[in-house]
Amino acid sequence: MATIATMKTFLEPRFRVERDPERCIACQVCVNQCTFDVHRYDEERDEVLSVEQDCVGCHRCAAFCPANALTISRRPPPYGENANWSPGFMEDVIKQAETGGMLLTGMGNDRGYRVYWDHLVLNASQVTNPSIDPLREPMELTTFIGSKPDRVEFSGGNGNGAAKPLPPQVTLQLPVMFTALSYGAVSLHVQESLARAATEMGTLWNTGEGGLHPSLYRYGKNTIVQVASGRFGVHPAYLDAAAIVEIKIGQGAKPGIGGHLPGEKVSEDVSRTRMIPTGTDALSPAPQHDIYSIEDLAQLVHALKEATNYTKPVSVKIAAVHNSAAIASGMVRSGADMIVLDGLRGATGAAPKTIRDNVGIPIELALASVDTRLRQEGIRNLASLVICGGIRSSADVVKAVALGADAIYIGTAALVALGCHVCQQCHTGKCPWGICTSDPHLTKRINPDIGAQRLANLLRGWSLEIKEMLGGMGINALESLRGNRLHLRGVGLNGTELDILGVKHAGS
Amino acid sequence: MVKAADKLVKVDAAGLTFKELNARLREVVDSGATRLELHNVCGQRYIGTDLDGDIRIDIYGTPGNDLGAFMNGPRIQVHGNAQDGLGNTMDSGQIVVHGRGGDILGMSARGGKVFVRDDVGYRCCIHMKEYGDKKPTVVIGGTAQDFLAEYMAGGVLVLLGLTLKEGEAHQANFIGTGMHGGVIYIRGKVADYQLGREVGVAELDEEDEGQLRGAVAEFAACFGFDPERILSHGFTKLYPRWLRPYGRLYAY
Repeated sequence: MATIATMKTFLEPRFRVERDPERCIACQVCVNQCTFDVHRYDEERDEVLSVEQDCVGCHRCAAFCPANALTISRRPPPYGENANWSPGFMEDVIKQAETGGMLLTGMGNDRGYRVYWDHLVLNASQVTNPSIDPLREPMELTTFIGSKPDRVEFSGGNGNGAAKPLPPQVTLQLPVMFTALSYGAVSLHVQESLARAATEMGTLWNTGEGGLHPSLYRYGKNTIVQVASGRFGVHPAYLDAAAIVEIKIGQGAKPGIGGHLPGEKVSEDVSRTRMIPTGTDALSPAPQHDIYSIEDLAQLVHALKEATNYTKPVSVKIAAVHNSAAIASGMVRSGADMIVLDGLRGATGAAPKTIRDNVGIPIELALASVDTRLRQEGIRNLASLVICGGIRSSADVVKAVALGADAIYIGTAALVALGCHVCQQCHTGKCPWGICTSDPHLTKRINPDIGAQRLANLLRGWSLEIKEMLGGMGINALESLRGNRLHLRGVGLNGTELDILGVKHAGS
Repeated sequence: MVKAADKLVKVDAAGLTFKELNARLREVVDSGATRLELHNVCGQRYIGTDLDGDIRIDIYGTPGNDLGAFMNGPRIQVHGNAQDGLGNTMDSGQIVVHGRGGDILGMSARGGKVFVRDDVGYRCCIHMKEYGDKKPTVVIGGTAQDFLAEYMAGGVLVLLGLTLKEGEAHQANFIGTGMHGGVIYIRGKVADYQLGREVGVAELDEEDEGQLRGAVAEFAACFGFDPERILSHGFTKLYPRWLRPYGRLYAY
């Protein structure tokens, strides 16, 4: 950690900032928009100058330049071509030699592990069974989150209701929810955008572990509240406000480790919501210290059910890891009404890069193996299965449902809808798009009216596409596709992969 | 005439599952009772968890894990020993144990008070925190085991060691690892090797003395002890050396 003041950095700029002097009108929009101080106005020369060294490639300046004078591009790797020592590894080593720290990063794994969604294709009806026209026929995307009994008994006689009440269920109008994004990691305007879009579209958003800001309690019916290892902002009113209570064990971007929200992000308002003093680090320990076993997990699941008088489903979220299938079995047996798997490509506001890029397994494989295992054990009905970590499109959603998911959480896709350009600087707190920051100046960059609209639009678009794909398969209810892997085929996958995914190769 | 609100309601917990017992307690409290006596309690969990408000509960027998977890308001007296997870993520209220407490007592408590007459187990008071006027106080009459107050972020923890024999020291290791808020007062001394790296050791100042005196007085009143006798012994103060213990781990 010894930083010598005079140490010259060996890091070269990663991006090239090209300013067309013919177009630039020196309006200084770029100067005001950049949070990394790349652009600077020189009064004497009446010119805007740029220092490329600090550019992170967020494209905020280029997008807001009224004269289209800026082009931001990745500089060609400054090093000789080398398949082992790619620029990423070189830069990391240099950075660590200059700082002695653990490399932090934001967003999801960018390493290019195989994306199985891109090797799965969907079926469609041709000749022998008719496809359904979703523009004409009602298409059912309604999804019920909660434990389903092994059998439903109906009371005899004239009664037509079930003899026993069902465990608590939460209704989603489409199988897509917004994943955990905590206040402190993202701004209140982002959370408000998510909450309003979820309310408008009949789905849920998730507080993450940063508590629920007083202004968002009104969206409680569309809110999942998290209980994580830090237990920030967890109190009776918080639990009562929610539709679902989620125990967070792990996260796809950083399986097995805790989280440190740096003190500088703990502003007055964040402090009020997390219920910790301003300026202190919000430390989430790696494990929950009251959960060292499935039995302990069962104890917390039931503590939360008691605390909410059995009125709402309790969810348990883990990162997808090698033994997910066995763990998931334990989670269901612990009494969880919903289980969540977060895959290798899941994103984060901050994680050590080495963890983000190397720990966990792809969500597609985890989903398939968990769904298979729960079916084999005859307990698949006891919990809804939700996945997250790398869902980019409605097609990914449909494929996930066919692989066995009840619903899908999106995180990065939602942030991209709000403006995120995936520059991976979330951990700096300087998000130029005003998303992953608690700087009051920057958070204004998200207008919740527009944010909510953009998010609702995204879900509306996906909804239409999902219906279109379903109709093409001759299916009019999403429920009929759930775990229906015959509608999937693999392309370019080997035998083991096909086996784990439980799908045939295309052509067979 | 006895008002419904003042009515003492006795509940026989014999043979009831935790779900049945807690449902019964909700019913009783909903009907207006504010004083409950639970008899023949034998391992039922989550007692007091969903009973909000100014309610007094006397427990005879041995309550199960997570007694008062997420609790908001009630005052519980345990006439016997308690098990693990007492006061887990507790919000407000009070738990007095006329006996021992188990592991992970007071984990993530954010308010309320816990007084245990005798010893407690491992991992107690992990990640206890405070905010504004919410400040948990835990006083342990006896001694505690390892990982006490790990990641402590707020509140007051007092460890009295009254169950230790003359000359016997606290055995706990890893006290206060990752501590970044709150304060611990230990009657007697602990060796440096027993402490986490993030913990500082100091003499008590005037403010500490006042805080300690208040906590010990309340503790002593619960069990009929003489507070002056407890306070006549020397105390050590443990405090967090940094608000941000891990701020320098990372490269940006």
